[in-house]
Amino acid sequence: MSLLKIENLGKTFGGVVAVEDLSFSIGPGTVYSIIGPNGAGKTTLFNLISGLYTPSTGQVFLDGENVTGLPPHLLALRGLSRSFQNLQIFFNMSALENVMVGHHLHSDTRLFPSLLALPTIAREDRRTREFAAEQMDYVGLGDYVHADSGAMPYGALRRLEIARALATRPRLLLLDEPAAGLNPSETREVMDLIRRIAADGITVVLVEHDMHLVWGVSEHILVLDHGCRLATGTAEEVRHNPAVVEAYLGHQARGR
Amino acid sequence: MTPRTGGMALLTLVILLLPLVMQNAFHYDIAIITGLNAIVCIGLNLLIGYAGQISLGHAGFFALGAYVSAILTDRWHWDPLAAMIIGAAVIGLLAFVIARPILKLKGHYLAMATLGMGIIISIVLNEESDLTGGPDGMPVEAFHLFGWEPSGNLTWYWLVAGFLLFSVWMALNLVHSPIGRALRAVHGSELAASTMGVDTLRYKVMIFVISAILASLAGSLFAHYSGFLTPSEGDFFRSIEFVTMVVLGGMASIFGSVIGAAILTILPQALASLHDYEMLVFGGVLMGVMIFMPRGLLPTITGFFTARRK
Repeated sequence: MSLLKIENLGKTFGGVVAVEDLSFSIGPGTVYSIIGPNGAGKTTLFNLISGLYTPSTGQVFLDGENVTGLPPHLLALRGLSRSFQNLQIFFNMSALENVMVGHHLHSDTRLFPSLLALPTIAREDRRTREFAAEQMDYVGLGDYVHADSGAMPYGALRRLEIARALATRPRLLLLDEPAAGLNPSETREVMDLIRRIAADGITVVLVEHDMHLVWGVSEHILVLDHGCRLATGTAEEVRHNPAVVEAYLGHQARGR
Repeated sequence: MTPRTGGMALLTLVILLLPLVMQNAFHYDIAIITGLNAIVCIGLNLLIGYAGQISLGHAGFFALGAYVSAILTDRWHWDPLAAMIIGAAVIGLLAFVIARPILKLKGHYLAMATLGMGIIISIVLNEESDLTGGPDGMPVEAFHLFGWEPSGNLTWYWLVAGFLLFSVWMALNLVHSPIGRALRAVHGSELAASTMGVDTLRYKVMIFVISAILASLAGSLFAHYSGFLTPSEGDFFRSIEFVTMVVLGGMASIFGSVIGAAILTILPQALASLHDYEMLVFGGVLMGVMIFMPRGLLPTITGFFTARRK
């Protein structure tokens, strides 16, 4: 049984085909990477899976349920969460509050008890606070629990996005270039983090340009080019696929 | 003591002590109008400051609440409390119907749509003269609660003060709950909020309706207090005035809204002695505050003190 199944998925913007007739499935508990040159359709694919775009053709199944065209908040309810390539931090809140928003679906959000400040609301919110602090600890941001999100360095904000996504208690986590703009040591920390997340049973789908990271964590890799599948397979298979080497990795990969 | 309970205690204290310094009916009148404006601004700040959605038409809801109360009590002899509650419910429903399509708009487009909404309400109040008396206005019956009739400035002062404190308390509760966090998330990044499971449109609509209901309730009280209504209560300039109060007091600051309402209600009266120069000084004060305190009065001042403590 696959956790995520994509069938004949396509998206066109006007006359431009961003993703074309794409089918693949992702088993539970794996790290699945999507790579490809700029403009290959990776982020479009992510936006289709996470409900930000409605597909032009095809279907998306999450754990057997057809979730095509569902809005993001309903996908979050079904256990899908994501991070963003261009950071989408709530800069009007503290770091901890950012992560607490991730717990929204598991919080008591009834209007009248909230207006009247019934004790259950405050009690549950204290638990949410502790839970959010645990998530920050988990991604290695323990020192930033009391920080203002606007005062955090870039690398920490990338991990804050992951902590926030984890706070939704996802089954499927989409990470859109989590290592973009990070230095090598920060990238290694993100690599460790992704391994830990996968070891805890959360399926990770990764879009990434940093090949060290991709080779380091992925069980399966899908290579996209011009919105189509160029190759798929285990990291080893893709690495030695001549079409991939030629079309995408080029001489740089052969040199390694 | 948290800033929240401390602020609540301070506001209560100020309200309790004010009658000691207020000397005449004019002072009470300003205090009561300040309170009613503050109630509207609290609701509007939940919408603008917390959820990040602009409305340039909230005077429309204020005036609608006032007119529904006036018409139901004057023409159909309803009980004022029942008229006020039914009015708030109807206007809440109206706000809900309007909110769903227009809150899909963003930024300037939302501003334009709410502006249009306010202008339409204003035109209706002016033109439906059979019901509203048109530009000549209409008289409003005195308020009474189960046979008790608040008369005299001091009674009205306590009535409005009680309602204001209750609104502040509920607004503070809301912004410190997961709902308040969801609203701020919508403000911060609608995209991220929705992927965190926040139904962004639902929360925007919810807070729009709540702010409309608060404006409507304040409008009803205003109608009974003033005893006479004209459509100018719902015109565009009143809407702008409410937004200015929110921005001046401080976005996403409930107590700031009370302060903003107080300043913008009192200042024109205090400057009245300047005659021709009144608007000049008034505009100057507004510009000065926004240039030197862009976050608004209260957040800037509290920020200054917390920075010094560190």
